Amino acid sequence: MELLQIWVMAFFTLALFSFLYKDNPVYKLAEHIFAGLTAGYQVGLIWDTIILQKLWDPMIGAGQWQLLVPGVLGVFMFARFWPRISWLSRISLAFVMGTTAGVFLVTELHGRVLPQMQWTMLALGGENGFAATILAIIVVIGVISTLIYFYFSKEHTGIFGGAAKVGIWFIMISFGAHFGYTVMGRVSLLIGRVQFLVEDWIGSFSTIF
Amino acid sequence: MSTRLITVLLILLFSFDRAFAQNPDDIFRTDRLNALVFVVIFSVAILLYTRWAKQGKPLFLRKIAGLQAVEEAVGRATEMGRPVLYVPGIDELDQIETIAGVSILGRVAKITAQYDTPLMVPVRYPLVYAAAQEVVEQSYVEMGKADAFDRDAVRYVAGEQFAFTANVNGYMMRERPATNIYMGAFFAESLLLAETGNAAGSIQIAGTAKPEQLPFFIAACDYTLMGEELYAASAYLSHEPLMLGGLKGQDFIKIIIVILIVIGVILASFNVSDRFLGLFEAV
Repeated sequence: MELLQIWVMAFFTLALFSFLYKDNPVYKLAEHIFAGLTAGYQVGLIWDTIILQKLWDPMIGAGQWQLLVPGVLGVFMFARFWPRISWLSRISLAFVMGTTAGVFLVTELHGRVLPQMQWTMLALGGENGFAATILAIIVVIGVISTLIYFYFSKEHTGIFGGAAKVGIWFIMISFGAHFGYTVMGRVSLLIGRVQFLVEDWIGSFSTIF
Repeated sequence: MSTRLITVLLILLFSFDRAFAQNPDDIFRTDRLNALVFVVIFSVAILLYTRWAKQGKPLFLRKIAGLQAVEEAVGRATEMGRPVLYVPGIDELDQIETIAGVSILGRVAKITAQYDTPLMVPVRYPLVYAAAQEVVEQSYVEMGKADAFDRDAVRYVAGEQFAFTANVNGYMMRERPATNIYMGAFFAESLLLAETGNAAGSIQIAGTAKPEQLPFFIAACDYTLMGEELYAASAYLSHEPLMLGGLKGQDFIKIIIVILIVIGVILASFNVSDRFLGLFEAV
């Protein structure tokens, strides 16, 4: 059974890698099986983890009847199948979009904006030493110039344009660091796949042949 | 109107339910007063700017290259007789980037409706599917092209990240869309999508607020909207007073933030910043 598993995994890995050459029937087969399997798996997963565990069991078992409201909102989504009552699904969509905007306003303020403001208010000079002062200057200039870059109400010309240019330099340096970091992560994923093919799959040849 | 009223009532109902589920004495979180002050300033600024925009006062916004390219890119697809591919990110509808992506889709769908250009919108989540379909249909109706609306234009592809990517990549190589627009939340698939689109010879415009994915889009796409430019995009494209007011309100908040940071740095440099820094304590 384990052997079969390795061969199936190797087949799909190679089938997906074949896209590097060009689009082909083997890739297409893998793509459709992959998409179909995940769609089916998601149905089972949502039934078990959402409908049963988060809706049915707490409502019927623990009497949390307020969950009937999200349940009904979920049922409203099916109204899309009938044009006459399809407007009901808009209530569910509006609920999700409205609460998202409201919840994010406060969580972003508390999670990002306020802490970042606080951490940018660094002492320039004083007892912190030369290196800390240089770092503080870089952080303060970086944050302010980046904010200036994302200011849309004024054209990027003159001193303001110069500050925005400094901002874009900071942004690009940060992107460069992100790029390198992410590429390293991707290469390690590739190494993992190649290791599987060489060690597990080719290694299994000796068992079969 | 009734839809809005029901939605507001539901949100209020759940807010009260959550509040009373906790300690009744703790309904008002004084430790989050700073957030309330910001929300009030933010809301007042947005409301004022929205009012001015509605009154027809000219509100200046500088140009963003990537947004101006959207219409040209759809025009190119029309000339070539090939479809426009629009990916509204791969995250759920409860993410603000997805909402921005779906909102921009509305404007793009209006342009495709105007030019009779085929549109393809692959999505990963059922709720995004419903929202995207609603938005595209509305755009076609508003452009007087209700008959041209194709329900299959918005397609649920797969619920898994890389199954979704494999499918969209396959679509790009087979149908060769002239224009690919990626707007929303993207993760590890960003380069896989953008690189395949590049290989297929499509013009590509991307926008995301994920800093770790932006470098890949910048490398592989013709135009990229970075961070807040994505959120600004819908206001730019729609020119609706509500959206413009929001954008101008955000700019106003940025000025306040810069002023507060400068005050904080001066106070910290003179070692008298403790109380002032306490005002920004996040709990």
